[in-house]
Amino acid sequence: MNEIRLNKIYGEKGRQQLRCQIFLAGVAVLVFFFCLAPLQAKEVDYINISNPFLNKTPIAITRFKAFNGHDAEVNHGKNAEQILKDALDFTGYLKVLNPAAFLSNPAQTGIQLGQINFKDWTAIGADLLITGGIEERGNQVTLKLRLFDAFNSKLLVGKIYTGGSSQIRRMIHLFCSEVSHKLTGNWGVFNSKISFVSTVKGHKEIFVCEFDGHNPKQITHHKSICLSPNWSFDGRWLAYVSYAKGKPDIYIKNLKENRGAIVNYKGSNISPDWMPGQLNLAGALSFSGNQEIYLLTKKGEITKRITQSRGVNVSPTFSPDGMKLAFTSNRGGTPQIYIKDLDTGDVKRVTFKGRYNTSPAWSPDGKKIAYVGIEKNKINIFVINLTSASGMPVQLTMDQKDNEDPSWSPDGSLIVFTSNREGGVSRLFVMTSAGTDQRRLLTLTGKQSQPGWSKSTSFEN
Amino acid sequence: MNRKLWINLMVALLVAGLFMTVSCAKKTVVSDGTTIQDQATVEAQAKANALAEQERIKAQELQDQVAKEEALKEAKILAAKNRFSNQNIHFDFDSAQLSSMAKLLIKEKAEWLGTNSGVAAVIEGHCDDRGTTDYNIALGERRAIAVKNYLVNLGISGSRLTTVSFGEEKPLDSGATEEAYRKNRRAQFVIR
Repeated sequence: MNEIRLNKIYGEKGRQQLRCQIFLAGVAVLVFFFCLAPLQAKEVDYINISNPFLNKTPIAITRFKAFNGHDAEVNHGKNAEQILKDALDFTGYLKVLNPAAFLSNPAQTGIQLGQINFKDWTAIGADLLITGGIEERGNQVTLKLRLFDAFNSKLLVGKIYTGGSSQIRRMIHLFCSEVSHKLTGNWGVFNSKISFVSTVKGHKEIFVCEFDGHNPKQITHHKSICLSPNWSFDGRWLAYVSYAKGKPDIYIKNLKENRGAIVNYKGSNISPDWMPGQLNLAGALSFSGNQEIYLLTKKGEITKRITQSRGVNVSPTFSPDGMKLAFTSNRGGTPQIYIKDLDTGDVKRVTFKGRYNTSPAWSPDGKKIAYVGIEKNKINIFVINLTSASGMPVQLTMDQKDNEDPSWSPDGSLIVFTSNREGGVSRLFVMTSAGTDQRRLLTLTGKQSQPGWSKSTSFEN
Repeated sequence: MNRKLWINLMVALLVAGLFMTVSCAKKTVVSDGTTIQDQATVEAQAKANALAEQERIKAQELQDQVAKEEALKEAKILAAKNRFSNQNIHFDFDSAQLSSMAKLLIKEKAEWLGTNSGVAAVIEGHCDDRGTTDYNIALGERRAIAVKNYLVNLGISGSRLTTVSFGEEKPLDSGATEEAYRKNRRAQFVIR
């Protein structure tokens, strides 16, 4: 963060302008609705990410204007433009338009409000427009980025970022966060990370990559079987399972400070899940002779036993408010998903369709649970709406071999999962939360599985 | 058998040679009496040697027989040990119930553990790769514990038995066929 300075003058001026416009527009809208239908007066998001992604919003991204025009600047501009397109395309709710259709070239005619003919953009179907400029002096790169509402000829976001050329990717993603916040009210996935399991020379180790699969890094070197990585709310800790001592134990690891703890009670210690907003976690331990779910501190001390049931109780996942736990239990004869209210102690069964429903993952808005179901010998990902009366699950993957391990992006717009659809080899895939835009996340040697998306949307960590 | 043949041949040659020397010696009898005396000793010695050789062969044969029986016995023990380690207990999908076949196999293992009272074993629980990682670790553990409990009921001390689940992490057959799945759903014994 230190290398990237926001240009205060431009940024604030832009923001003030914007705020002023929003304020005026807001007053107008309020007055309008107050007269007609007061109940309808509410903040309107450009894009509702909890809705299906069938109608993507078309966005045009112009070539970056190179202010000095030297080769390094032009090349970095091209690089920045590509990173921007890839990142916005990744969201699944924007459709980045093909530049071949563009009618004008703001890189030459100007990238600011007043220099843009918005009819050129609405004519090709662009609802939104992003113009970019790059200025490179010495080692310092300055990116000038603007998001416009093409229909209303309005500046929505204007930002200037300055940093080393190695920071271009990060600066672009900072801007993408602003775009996401403007369009959806949420900062998006652009600073999130994904932990996962990958095979290395016959062993399974924990890896971490950026939200879009970039920059995969090996985290563990146990030369054993490592499983089930899970992020703490602040992204500073990982909990995972390792057989490093011959049996499954939970390892709690601070990523920066090389400290942590091991939960190695007798039997198996599995399914770590960090609590929202706290450095405590839930896990499934079998020292009592039965797999039960417990609450643990980050030092591995047991603070509370959550389940009391014969049979299997595994895979706890906290509700986003931390008040409930969803988990897998076979107390009813087959593995199904249950929810326990941590306050009242009430337990209710969530899944009723099918004889095998496991691996619950609670959506960040708390309204849905994604899980794995086996029907007719096929393993697929389903999502069930906890607020709807019908409680009918929706199948997100279909006819694409086996699909497991769903994990929600921190903004709830995407789900990362494991699939062996490509040649029977287990790899990581991403889809929108509606099941559309299913694509491979990254290419890496070996087999990948058990992705866990980090939980924070902010750029502060 | 070959060696025996050779030895017999050697003895025959020796005896034949003896006759030759005797007949040759007879020619020298007249001139030297002491030589005759010597030849008689040699003859007796040779006879004794042949006899000793026969005894030795008999003893060797007996020893071979004993060794063979011992090896057979050892092979049987090793086979039983291998059977203990390699004959897995199988389960139905999503089940830790012991079938009658499973119980039969566990009884055999109990017998083996009974005659090998110094042995401690790890019972590993495994699953096929259908189903999810965590649930399968739990299921594998239940399989291992079910087998252990049955052994304890048969009188094997629980302190000699530990359990560990590998879930779906260590398949014997990585295929995606019913046969592969059946092989992989197992409790497996490892001698510590």
